[in-house]
Amino acid sequence: MQFERKNILDMTSLSVDEINMILDTADSMKEISQRTVKKVPTLRGKTIVLFFYEPSTRTRTSFDIAAKRLSADSLSISASTSSIVKGETLIDTARNLEAMNPDVIVIRHSSAGAPHMLARMISPSIINAGDGMHAHPTQSLLDLMTIRENKTEVKGLRIAIIGDISHSRVARSNCIGFTKMGAEVILAGPRTMIPKGIETLGVSVAPDVEDEMCDADVIMMLRIQKERQKDFLFPSEREYARVYGLSNKRLANAKDDVLIMHPGPINRGVEIAPEVADGPYSIILEQVTNGVAVRMALLYLVAGGARNADTD
Amino acid sequence: MQILIKGGRVVDPGNFDGIADILVEDGKIVEIEKGKGTHASPSVTQGKESRIIDAAGKIVCPGLIDMHVHLREPGHEYKETIKSGCLAAAAGGFTAVCSMPNTNPVNDNSQVTKFILQRAMIADTVRVYPVAAISKGLEGKRLCEYGDLKDAGAVAVSDDGRPVTDGQLMRRAMEYAKGFGLPVISHCEDLNLLAGGVVNEGAFATKMGLPGIPNACESVMVMRDIALSELTEGPVHIAHVSTMESVRAIRAAKKRGVSVTAETAPHYFTLTEDDVGQYDTNAKMNPPLRSKQDREAVREGLADGTIDVIATDHAPHSSIEKEVEFDMAENGIIGLETSVSLSLQLVEDNVLKIDQLVEKMSTNPGRILKFENGLKKGNPADITIIDPDNLYKIDAKNFYTLSRNTPFNGMEVKGKAVLTMVGGKVVFEDAQR
Repeated sequence: MQFERKNILDMTSLSVDEINMILDTADSMKEISQRTVKKVPTLRGKTIVLFFYEPSTRTRTSFDIAAKRLSADSLSISASTSSIVKGETLIDTARNLEAMNPDVIVIRHSSAGAPHMLARMISPSIINAGDGMHAHPTQSLLDLMTIRENKTEVKGLRIAIIGDISHSRVARSNCIGFTKMGAEVILAGPRTMIPKGIETLGVSVAPDVEDEMCDADVIMMLRIQKERQKDFLFPSEREYARVYGLSNKRLANAKDDVLIMHPGPINRGVEIAPEVADGPYSIILEQVTNGVAVRMALLYLVAGGARNADTD
Repeated sequence: MQILIKGGRVVDPGNFDGIADILVEDGKIVEIEKGKGTHASPSVTQGKESRIIDAAGKIVCPGLIDMHVHLREPGHEYKETIKSGCLAAAAGGFTAVCSMPNTNPVNDNSQVTKFILQRAMIADTVRVYPVAAISKGLEGKRLCEYGDLKDAGAVAVSDDGRPVTDGQLMRRAMEYAKGFGLPVISHCEDLNLLAGGVVNEGAFATKMGLPGIPNACESVMVMRDIALSELTEGPVHIAHVSTMESVRAIRAAKKRGVSVTAETAPHYFTLTEDDVGQYDTNAKMNPPLRSKQDREAVREGLADGTIDVIATDHAPHSSIEKEVEFDMAENGIIGLETSVSLSLQLVEDNVLKIDQLVEKMSTNPGRILKFENGLKKGNPADITIIDPDNLYKIDAKNFYTLSRNTPFNGMEVKGKAVLTMVGGKVVFEDAQR
């Protein structure tokens, strides 16, 4: 199978075969990061722009490292250091970048649909590194990879996602990605954080957090943003931690081989207790490691790495 | 100058529906002869300057009135001017439009009202009836001088584009406006419930990761304004109704005799939230496109008379406001040049009969705003001729409006206005007629 997709915009548009191909490629990329010389020439001569309108440490660093390990030239642009502060529109900035012939533009933006707009209007490949509350496909792919590594396959697993589903692009992409790969997804959290019509993504909403934590093969906790208190989404961090947080005591009732995941950054003591985050069931840092492999795979696949390899 | 409109189906709701000839002289309707091809049919006088318009197979109706239009002048002339807006209105079959006050400066004083009327006089196309602001600067803090505004030519008051959040101010506006016979047009929206929403709240918003606007954001204010109308006995007109709950509230209020009227726009009975598709900013407006259920409720409201008026909420924006991220794009779409075609679909779908459609696009706005606009002897000859069978594809390239923000571009539709006459003057005529 040849990977034909030019843009990685969301999990909805990726097929099961494409997802498997990305994950298989990522598995083989992972080894490169474990070498003493962590670099292969595969994307030599390719230019990758990391265009981050929103602050990000993990995702941007992960893409940057991925690009460099494949020998691509990568550069970062952030909203605060670009012409955006001078009032340039997104599409004008993008057209200017396009004029300099990059091969891939990785974009993170606070507006849902911003990567889709770029994909419609400019010619380089677009990879969505998170758009508003909409999608974060590379996160979903690295989560799939991490689950697959630990559980052999995703199919048939019961995965609980707990927390602020409403504002989470990770939750949306994972609802779509996990169900697409055959898992059962159950959501839980305060009712203020469960968006209307989420069931249409093929997932169910659990009435009780406790039950979900007992039955799940994988528990993914989502970050609670403190500033959401002003939107009346929850009364206090204290109550949130008590009612919805994952503590060691709760974990005692979970399955013996449960996996604890979190897309980061974590709020220790709010949605997840420190001893759980650092404990034996946590695969939170494996997620980060696999993030590099998945992004290497994506850059390789969309930047025509396969074709490059043929001629090298 | 004499004009004879011959052989059309004349539809003047509450007055007449049948084949008739209409003779127009010196800007007024001078004769309406009912019945087909009789020798009593009126004719033009020999030797006088005259024209005969063959209207066979066409609908001839009193001039259509769009009571909800943003002409953007003064202040935003790159989106629309009074002149371009009037041309677009004429091309859409409208003989009169009401211009909303959210211009820059706001139409909250008689100078701006007079300026608008003066520009309309220079444009010399369709009639422009300014709607003045409820509150100074649309800020919801102080009443405007309705007496002054009425004398200058304002026909109603509205803070359209913004809700009147303060219930006490709305109460006083209704009471005070009543003394001048000015209807209050209410943009119903609870800004706290809006909470930054940009599309209808529901499965679509959730899937697309866009903040949603619940139906209650509109209907709680509709219910408040109905209650205030009951309290003050002042007439209130609910602008751009988009939800099932609003339709129900208005229906119940009318049943108990509240002085409430309501309008909806073609996009609310034609499209749903799904038409936003892949973040199409040309399908972004406020209130947003709603669910199928809401669209059905709006259609039912039109059919049973709960919703009195079809108005476009014509809201021109340029690419500067629309070629941006979805949540940052301005609200609103243009509508003057697509309204008749989209509304005729309601007749095709058996939601309305043709005379009911004319009622909602001409008779009822006239009644609410107290205009004399039937096809009666002695009335100004404001007449729209519609070809109900004209199949065509909407092409925004051909629009007269300065803006292109429409979700209907490329849509196949049936029926359009082919001739628009204002005071006996033909202001638009379809080239292929």
